[in-house]
Amino acid sequence: MFTIVKREEMAEGTIILNEIEAPLIAKKAKPGQFVILKANEEGERIPLTMADTNPEMGTITIVYMVVGKSTAIFRDLQVGDSYQDVIGPLGKPTHLEKVGKVVCVGGGTGVAVLHPITRGLKQVGNEVICIIGARNKGLLILEEQMHTASHDLRVCTDDGSYGHHGFVTEVLKEVLQSGDIRLVVAIGPVPMMKAVSNLTKEYNVATMVSLNPIMVDGTGMCGGCRVTVGGETKFACVDGPEFDGHQVDYDELILRLRAYQEDERKSHEHYCNIRDAVKS
Amino acid sequence: MAITAEKKGQKGRVPMPEQEPKVRARNFLEVPTGYTVKMAQEEAARCLQCKKPGCVAGCPVGVDIPGFIELIAQGDMTGAIRNLWSKNALPAVCGRVCPQEVQCEGKCIVGKKGEPVAIGNLERFCADYERENGSGELPPKASPTGKKVAVVGSGPSGLTVAGDLIVKGHDVTIYEAFHKPGGVLVYGIPEFRLPKAIVAQEVNFLARLGVSIQCNAVVGRTVSLDELFEEGYDAIYVGVGAGLPRFMNIPGENLVGILSANEYLTRANLMKAYKYPEVDTPIPIGKNVVVLGAGNVAMDSARTAMRLGAESVKIVYRRSREEMPARKAEIHHAEEEGIELFLLTNPTRYLGNDRGRLTGMECLRMELGEPDDSGRRRPVAVKGSEFELACDLCIVAVGSGANPLLTSETPDMQLNRWGNVVANPRTGKTTKKGVWAGGDIVTGAATVILAMGAGRDAADSMHDYLTLGW
Ligand SMILES: Cc1cc2nc3c(=O)[nH]c(=O)nc-3n(C[C@H](O)[C@H](O)[C@H](O)COP(=O)(O)OP(=O)(O)OC[C@H]3O[C@@H](n4cnc5c(N)ncnc54)[C@H](O)[C@@H]3O)c2cc1C
Ligand SMILES: Cc1cc2nc3c(=O)[nH]c(=O)nc-3n(C[C@H](O)[C@H](O)[C@H](O)COP(=O)(O)OP(=O)(O)OC[C@H]3O[C@@H](n4cnc5c(N)ncnc54)[C@H](O)[C@@H]3O)c2cc1C
Ligand code: SF4
Ligand code: SF4
Ligand code: FES
Repeated sequence: MFTIVKREEMAEGTIILNEIEAPLIAKKAKPGQFVILKANEEGERIPLTMADTNPEMGTITIVYMVVGKSTAIFRDLQVGDSYQDVIGPLGKPTHLEKVGKVVCVGGGTGVAVLHPITRGLKQVGNEVICIIGARNKGLLILEEQMHTASHDLRVCTDDGSYGHHGFVTEVLKEVLQSGDIRLVVAIGPVPMMKAVSNLTKEYNVATMVSLNPIMVDGTGMCGGCRVTVGGETKFACVDGPEFDGHQVDYDELILRLRAYQEDERKSHEHYCNIRDAVKS
Repeated sequence: MAITAEKKGQKGRVPMPEQEPKVRARNFLEVPTGYTVKMAQEEAARCLQCKKPGCVAGCPVGVDIPGFIELIAQGDMTGAIRNLWSKNALPAVCGRVCPQEVQCEGKCIVGKKGEPVAIGNLERFCADYERENGSGELPPKASPTGKKVAVVGSGPSGLTVAGDLIVKGHDVTIYEAFHKPGGVLVYGIPEFRLPKAIVAQEVNFLARLGVSIQCNAVVGRTVSLDELFEEGYDAIYVGVGAGLPRFMNIPGENLVGILSANEYLTRANLMKAYKYPEVDTPIPIGKNVVVLGAGNVAMDSARTAMRLGAESVKIVYRRSREEMPARKAEIHHAEEEGIELFLLTNPTRYLGNDRGRLTGMECLRMELGEPDDSGRRRPVAVKGSEFELACDLCIVAVGSGANPLLTSETPDMQLNRWGNVVANPRTGKTTKKGVWAGGDIVTGAATVILAMGAGRDAADSMHDYLTLGW
């Protein structure tokens, strides 16, 4: 059993943080790796990147956005409750190397995933600029932590309620123009990673993104997580989840992420109806 | 003797009752429903009790077929199951899924003139009878040896090793990557062919014997083989199967609606997606489904698609009926259920719409040319024979290879050029000290009985190593 020892709500309750007992995983996990969680017997296997690990305490931290049925079931789990299954660490760890000046760009829950990577890049001696964004101030997460993890934090909101008014790409453009950026790491919604990659291509700056296709096993045995990178099919769970942002076919990924959209919507409604019926 | 042989042989085999094709094509219940005691004894009586039984030579693990059949005929079901167990740890599974027609039954003398003795059905009967009526008594265990064994993978191969070594007094822990043990028996082979309750009971039997089962443990990620040795294991068995899906590598393969059979069957079986939305994992429901390939995996995929409500299901295969690798019974059942065979047909590309979804595929007609390396006649494309096949779901079941997840983390364990682990064919010993391997990870995708047989051989060799030091 994988017991929740800490639970926090962020971004007006749309994003949840769970710290979970998983000693074997905590001991092995490195930045950039993910776990697969299953809430109960009937549950779906859901991939989430580890936002932090504590090998001494034997815990891992996940931060997820509530988007559909499975994440809604996760939200209902409280401290002391358990996930039936947690599998990991999966995927390749981030390659942390000293290259010089680095920009880390995060959007939505991508910021949580970016956090350990940012910290790691700073630890190995890079100068790290961080740009994080959200739709509005209330939805912004981990500002404090990102501030500590980097040398220079810039914040944007789509509606201008806080920080720069506009998209992360606008700030990124300014930073790129200042020159000598050696690496950009972008993690967030697919359209954001696509926009960042298009921009950095113009400036010829190496770019790494973390992809989130639909997964089942996370060990390379189903091929559900196929993505096209550099014209070749890759399995994101074992070959990734991080890839060269300039090589990724984002449009295909966007279409593939919609594979179950209609079913998922129905299933989520089904769950909400049952839950409401039980409550009333 | 000749006269009795003639007489016994002439009598047709006792058919096993089955659900009606129309009914079963829409449910997930098991198709053949099993022999009664009377049927089993009637069928057992057809066996000639040969002095030199061809059937035994045809069984990869050498089950004493005349022996257990004779015991059924005498009504000694406990004796019969004991006899089976001495060679075969999973008779309930093998009776259902072995390719009997090319193994035991294919070599049965009675089969020369008429229908062979239904060895598989009798094996299944015996195991089911024991499950329903037996005492469930555990076999005696040798006194503890103090040795610890880790078994990686809980497919038929790993389960066999665990069962053999625990009764020999060793301490056994199974490490399984999935959240449920059983390997292909739970994630691949569907409920209507192998009820999951049977696999669960086999696993439970091991647990009752004292085998510890660690699910959610991806060896190579969660823990490595060397770390297991550091934790104090004396020997390790690697039985991780052949879990790397092959695709066709033709244009359009990443359209939505094209799944590997591994993904499709895992969703359906392990995740029980056929009960969606009662369970949380969805599965694409196809109206017009095409399955590529013609092995057991393809048959299972096609029949699952039919049960999930497809209007049409087609098997597309580039060779002819004779070369289809699936068990005869599966092909027969599939056709009865309305699945169409498009033989001598090969897809060349997938067709999609502007939403990235599959709408069909372009195929070529094939004809058989000269034999290839496998000895089967090579299919050659017929020029200009292109035609389109409309479909909204395609399941790719053209084979699977070795998954490199564990092996790439274990550089001192030698692999062959296809990525399979190199192991001594008699003992299962690998090039890494203290590590044995067997089943699909060594042979490439094969059969349950071969995986089990390899497990048994390895268990014997491991026992020698643990007790004698070699
Ligand atoms: C390696 C990896 C790491 C991830 N890390 C995180 C993380 O740290 N935090 C986080 O919030 N999310 C993360 N995700 C995404 C997360 O897995 C999905 O949001 C989740 O599976 C949705 O499940 P659901 O049942 O709640 O929603 P569903 O009902 O399945 O889907 C709701 C909506 O989300 C879309 N969707 C479905 N699956 C995914 C997916 N895999 N990625 C993105 N959108 C999807 C659907 O198209 C639908 O519109 C990660 C995904 C991967 C593959
Ligand atoms: C759909 C389908 C239908 C089939 N039908 C038949 C049939 O009718 N008759 C027949 O004889 N054979 C059939 N087969 C083949 C047969 O199932 C296999 O040959 C047999 O299961 C191989 O057994 P195994 O123990 O080697 O591996 P598997 O059964 O594949 O088990 C391997 C186990 O190891 C686990 N694993 C993998 N990697 C790791 C890791 N790194 N760490 C921990 N655990 C890991 C896997 O999750 C899995 O549970 C079929 C196969 C499929 C897929
Ligand atoms: S194990 Fe398989 S091959 Fe051997 S006798 Fe039983 S059904 Fe036949
Ligand atoms: S070959 Fe056939 S008839 Fe002879 S012992 Fe075997 S099953 Fe019986
Ligand atoms: S999730 Fe199954 S292969 Fe990647």
